[in-house]
Amino acid sequence: MKATFLASVGIVTGAAVALTGCSGGEAGGDGGGSEAASCTNTIVNAEAPQVTVWAWYPAFDEVVDQFNNANDDVQICWTNAGQGNDEYTKFSTSIESGSGAPDVIQLESEVLSSFTIRDALVDLTEYGADDVKDQYAEGAWEDASSGDAVYAIPVDGGPMGMLYRQDLFDAAGITVPTTWDEFAAAAKQLKDSGSGAVMADFPTNGRAFNQALFAQAGSVPFEYDSANPQEIGIDVNDDGAKKVLEYWEGLVKDGLVATDDAFTADYNTKLVDGSYAVYLAAAWGPGYLQGLSDADPTAVWRAAPLPQWDAASPVQVNWGGSTFAVTEQASDKELAAKVAMGIFGNDEGMNLGVDKGALFPSYAPVLESDEFATKEYEFFGGQQINKDVFLDAAAGYEGATFSPFQNYAYDQLTVQIYAMVQGEKDASQALDDLQASLEQYATEQGFTLK
Amino acid sequence: MATTTAPTSSHRAEAHQQVKHRPDRNYRRRQRWGWLFVAPFALIFLTFLVLPLVFAFRMSLFTSTLATGDRFVGFANYAKAFTDPLFLDGLLTVAKFGLIMIPAQMIVALIAALVLDNLATWASKFSRLMIFIPYAVPVVIGALMWGFLYSPRFGPASTLFALFGAEAPNFLAQDSIFGSLVNIVTWQWAGYYMIIIYAALRGIDPGIYEAAVLDGASDRQIATRIKVPMISSSLVMVVIFALIGTLQFFTEPQVLRGVAQGAIPTDYTPNMYAFSLAFSYSQFNYASAISFALGIVVFVFSFFFLFLTRKQSGLK
Repeated sequence: MKATFLASVGIVTGAAVALTGCSGGEAGGDGGGSEAASCTNTIVNAEAPQVTVWAWYPAFDEVVDQFNNANDDVQICWTNAGQGNDEYTKFSTSIESGSGAPDVIQLESEVLSSFTIRDALVDLTEYGADDVKDQYAEGAWEDASSGDAVYAIPVDGGPMGMLYRQDLFDAAGITVPTTWDEFAAAAKQLKDSGSGAVMADFPTNGRAFNQALFAQAGSVPFEYDSANPQEIGIDVNDDGAKKVLEYWEGLVKDGLVATDDAFTADYNTKLVDGSYAVYLAAAWGPGYLQGLSDADPTAVWRAAPLPQWDAASPVQVNWGGSTFAVTEQASDKELAAKVAMGIFGNDEGMNLGVDKGALFPSYAPVLESDEFATKEYEFFGGQQINKDVFLDAAAGYEGATFSPFQNYAYDQLTVQIYAMVQGEKDASQALDDLQASLEQYATEQGFTLK
Repeated sequence: MATTTAPTSSHRAEAHQQVKHRPDRNYRRRQRWGWLFVAPFALIFLTFLVLPLVFAFRMSLFTSTLATGDRFVGFANYAKAFTDPLFLDGLLTVAKFGLIMIPAQMIVALIAALVLDNLATWASKFSRLMIFIPYAVPVVIGALMWGFLYSPRFGPASTLFALFGAEAPNFLAQDSIFGSLVNIVTWQWAGYYMIIIYAALRGIDPGIYEAAVLDGASDRQIATRIKVPMISSSLVMVVIFALIGTLQFFTEPQVLRGVAQGAIPTDYTPNMYAFSLAFSYSQFNYASAISFALGIVVFVFSFFFLFLTRKQSGLK
């Protein structure tokens, strides 16, 4: 009985091996690589060791090819494992199971602490990250580090500005607002003019967008250092956040702004068909706008700095921005670190990212180049939007600290802002409730509150 | 499971006797073949169902918070689950869905089946197919499609309402999302249940209807007094399917959440709660406990329902 049973097991396992063998054969290169992963790109030098990379950057294939052609001793094996949360879900599962993560992974700076607390990322200082520190914008570097440790190499940033419809402004006789007070007045003027558009959208699911607006008024929601991972300071209902949310609550109540969910099909259409006169955007926003279809052909887009609370002392904030991190599962961490620092850490790679993928670079040699500053954007009627808006915004950005449970914090923020928009509670109450729920969550998760 | 497929008791006794008379060696050899035939299924069953379940159950007995490591806590996660307001609210939500959605699906399916059973034209075949087609649409695609139909910008509602000079309601708002979801599920599943009920109706001996007609029964009386009682076991089965499906409600709200994040929070149903705990908040242990707790609830509900309907279902 035993023999027959084993034989049948053998048959099944054999079949399974054959199947795996097949899929293994499809992989781009069969030399050198420690894991049988399937690469989206073709491997140029099959002899060299491979480093697996997950990334979703636009036009990333060309950047990978450029890197592989320029490097004989290491090759990138790239997979697009989904954008943002889709990728994080997969990464999270790999961490839990102890295998399956790539060597190098694209992560937004806001989720870095969520992964460092699970010991999933390598501190890059011992692989020479400090040596390249000067090559990156200060705020972006700050976002990727925690205390003395550096958990990722910045790639692109999202300094915020205001993209607006010059044609709609002109029709309503509005001058471009520079402060939030002027912004509110302009919103009212727009409505009174009988325009079909509202001033802007205030999405309840704005997550990082809303958080950035809070930060502009001085809100510092979290105090956290991965050197001391069990302690966290939570202050999401500080005066800055309350001031901002009350401001938007007023605009919502008066019907001066929309409250559509961001990044839905409805929202995308309204962005380009003239329903919103203003798109409060990060530096990647222009690229996003141009990628949308059904645009109003008469639209005249221009860019201006983000309105300020105090015009005398402007505060710059950041929305989004991503990095490359090395995972603890990487088989050769030094090599992986080399890739993380090297892909966009040179003019050729970064220029490809800027030209083809519309990235806003964190890499200083490109960021500070004249060519980038004076780049004219046809979409904005030839306006040099980097020089006019985003370079100042990037230079003024000082970095932020995110919580190790940022996803939870964002989901709760969405719940509270939605409740406010529905008129169930006022802005102040919504933020107090948010504070309470996050404090409770942190305590349940074993953190000590500062 | 065994009760439905097992041979009758007389057969079993016979087989048993036969076995007794045979030599032991022969019996064992036969048994070997049995193992061989069962092996492929058993292997898959063990690797893809039993092992993960055991693993998940073991996980649910531990706790691992973000700030501390793995720690054995026994059934503490379960105690937490059954006092967790988010889990209980989710259960309440699916219970509400069950109260509205199951009868809605049943009524649509039953009426459609009864009508089709009485028609014998090409129209009946065509209608049967049309009612069934939504079930052939993958659930995710169906939910995405309805997401667009409900959209204030792309959906037909605003155009339709504008014809009468009215403003369309927002189907994705907090107060209307419940009805919108009921509509999607009924649209998707009524056809499937209709086919089951219809098949049961075709199994009834037409002679019974003739006798009923001779006794002066109207069509309606035949339907309510003869057809429905005679297919009660199928109806019970359909309700059980719908009950389990509703308690496990996940795909439709999860997909619609993409366009209505405020109206559908991450803990809208227990399954969604378990999903976001595991994959958004990295609380795999507690997520396992929630999943098992939901499993227990599903089991209890199904058992209770089968117990209540044991007469109609033919189990007794």
